[in-house]
Amino acid sequence: MSSEIKQILTTDGIPLEISLKKAEKKNKIKAFLLVAPLLLFLFITYVFPIGEMFSRSIDDKMITNMLPKTFKEMEKWDGKELPSEEVFTAFYIDYKVLIENQTQGKLGQRLNKEKNGFNSITKKLMRQIKRNKIDESQSIKEQIMKVHKRWRDVEYWQAIKRTAPPYTMAKYLKGMDMYFAADGSIAQVDEDRRIHRILWLRTLEIALFVTIFCFLMGYPIAHLLATLPMKYSNLLMICVLLPFWTSLLVRTASWMILLQQQGVVNDFFVLIGLVADNNRPEMMYNKVGTYVAMTQILLPFMVLPLYSVMKTISPSLMRAGKSLGGTPFIAFWKIYFPLTIPGIGAGCLLVFILAIGYYITPALVGGASGTLISNQIAYHMKTTLDWSFASAMGLMLLSGVLVIYWIYNKLVGVDNIKLG
Amino acid sequence: MSKNPEFVKFDKVDKSYDGKVLVVKDLQLDIAEGEFITMLGPSGSGKTTCLMMLAGFETPTNGEILLDGKIISNIPPHKRGIGMVFQNYALFPHMTVYENLAFPLKVRKIEKNEIDKKVDKALSMVSLNGFESRMPGQLSGGQQQRVAVARALVFDPSVVLMDEPLGALDKNLRESMQYEIKHIHENIGVTVVYVTHDQSEALTMSNRIAVFNDGKVQQLSNPSELYEKPVNSFVAEFIGENNTFNGEVSDISNDKCKVKLSNADILASPISVKSKGDKTTVSLRPERALIEPKEQMDNMFSGKIEEVIYHGDHTRVRINLLGNPEFILKVPNSTSNLELKVNEEIKIGWNSSDARALDPK
Repeated sequence: MSSEIKQILTTDGIPLEISLKKAEKKNKIKAFLLVAPLLLFLFITYVFPIGEMFSRSIDDKMITNMLPKTFKEMEKWDGKELPSEEVFTAFYIDYKVLIENQTQGKLGQRLNKEKNGFNSITKKLMRQIKRNKIDESQSIKEQIMKVHKRWRDVEYWQAIKRTAPPYTMAKYLKGMDMYFAADGSIAQVDEDRRIHRILWLRTLEIALFVTIFCFLMGYPIAHLLATLPMKYSNLLMICVLLPFWTSLLVRTASWMILLQQQGVVNDFFVLIGLVADNNRPEMMYNKVGTYVAMTQILLPFMVLPLYSVMKTISPSLMRAGKSLGGTPFIAFWKIYFPLTIPGIGAGCLLVFILAIGYYITPALVGGASGTLISNQIAYHMKTTLDWSFASAMGLMLLSGVLVIYWIYNKLVGVDNIKLG
Repeated sequence: MSKNPEFVKFDKVDKSYDGKVLVVKDLQLDIAEGEFITMLGPSGSGKTTCLMMLAGFETPTNGEILLDGKIISNIPPHKRGIGMVFQNYALFPHMTVYENLAFPLKVRKIEKNEIDKKVDKALSMVSLNGFESRMPGQLSGGQQQRVAVARALVFDPSVVLMDEPLGALDKNLRESMQYEIKHIHENIGVTVVYVTHDQSEALTMSNRIAVFNDGKVQQLSNPSELYEKPVNSFVAEFIGENNTFNGEVSDISNDKCKVKLSNADILASPISVKSKGDKTTVSLRPERALIEPKEQMDNMFSGKIEEVIYHGDHTRVRINLLGNPEFILKVPNSTSNLELKVNEEIKIGWNSSDARALDPK
């Protein structure tokens, strides 16, 4: 019976549990204080920016704040016929305020993005208001409708209503080459304009192949590293790490020197007669360049986890496999290979995740057919200044990585990862 | 079934790793079918190299190894059909006990029910039935060791090699495993080549022991002969405890010789001394020297007790005798125990037949 269990006391008569908690509490506080700076750092540099990106990517408050009265009146509107006199009046009042603040231009631009033709009709309305052509004692609806025939078109009012919610998923849809159609349903962009989907697929494809190439090249290297005698393996280790320590930009630039049409590799091919001098193959500014350079750059990320796992596999296991009658291949396939899976998982995950968000190398050697989604994000950050779209794509990339991580966890189990 | 006395044959085998030093020198060794032979020696004496050559992981630099009359130097390890138990067991950590045992059978393409039967039999041999689905990591050291033995035996190999298989176990477990392996060997009659540096292990388990040193077999004989009649001072030193006197032969007859020490003459049996004037090391087991012997012995000297160490079942007494301050005596712990005090002078006696005049150290 639980009630009959005696409370265990310490020698001083304090209940043991309380005493233990007291003793642990100090340690817990100490431990927390030790990690607190890191926690804060993580919050400031990781959680906060991602939250900020998220809110930026879905933010659509601008119009909501510009036309507060209009949207309030529009709540009663069914959105099928032209809106009522009250909606027009509210819009007129809101717009007048904007004109006084001289921010009416932004509204026109923003609405024009939603539906073409808004820019001119809002400007026209502005001129009418400025010239005091609108008589507030008469029906405002009639007067606005006279300004331009588009103000009589219900589709334009529907477009205004669509901008009412302070949040929108439009940027995410744009990232997948989709948009909200006039009736609010999700529609696909015309086939010849679907550039993002191509980029996503290409990014996945390049990341996948780079991972495969890295694995195919890294596995034997890691095996050699783990099995060679110390003096050779140290040398080999330096060969693996030396490029790792070299600047990324320098390595990418040296690939440019090697791969360009008048470059070292092409010169060599011509020299040994593999290709004609006037028919040098294009090895850069396309996918080939991206593959070659990224594989070389990401190779250490595959080799190191594999090496650390292989180092722990006792050579006597392979010997045991052979002495029990397994051919060298069977001993490798049934014994050695399964034991390296944690390293393969870690290496592949690492390379894949790094490759999927890679920027500098594809930007420099990728050309038009070798750029990735990250280059597109950078383009919107720097050139079009559409930060909310860049944020949206960044988050899509992040969630893609998380999905891959989740799938990996389901298939192999994250506990199996061994990074070192 | 007639036993083949040359079932495994090392014929003039040399082995060198670097072309400068011979790790194994001119090894000539015949192992009979069904025999339990132990290669015993200090580390670096070449015993493990011999085992690896037999298993096929190393190739002899010179000479041939024959298994059942066939030269096996060109046969890869997986075709030799030799079972092996490794130092650290080398169980496959990602396979269950069943899968570990089934591995050698599966690669031999044996049918499923046959595999089940054999695995079951091998596991009952090491009394581990019911452990089939455990992973090696879930087993204790002793259990892992048994699985390793069962795995080396499950495919009915003609020879099983064991490379210090008990090295990682604690003392009690090691002793019980020694008997267990010995019994398994007696029951199934497989030829076992066992490598160890632990002399007591070698003495308990083997039919014959080959003592290795410096790449050569120093002595090959059964355990009692090895202990009682070591042929040279290395073996005498390596197997069991040993008191030594260095001196020169001053007189020699058929079964006795007089050895002149710096301050006395002792009598010993000549083993590797031939003539007067030979330098020699006389070896005497501690338990063969008696304190205050009742009957007459042909060596009787007195010495001073330097140290008395209590060991439970026996007491070790260190005596300064004939200029040797490291002379050890073992006094069994019996009721009629003598009072032994440090600095006391006592009489020590032994028979010349127990003192062996061997090669000089």
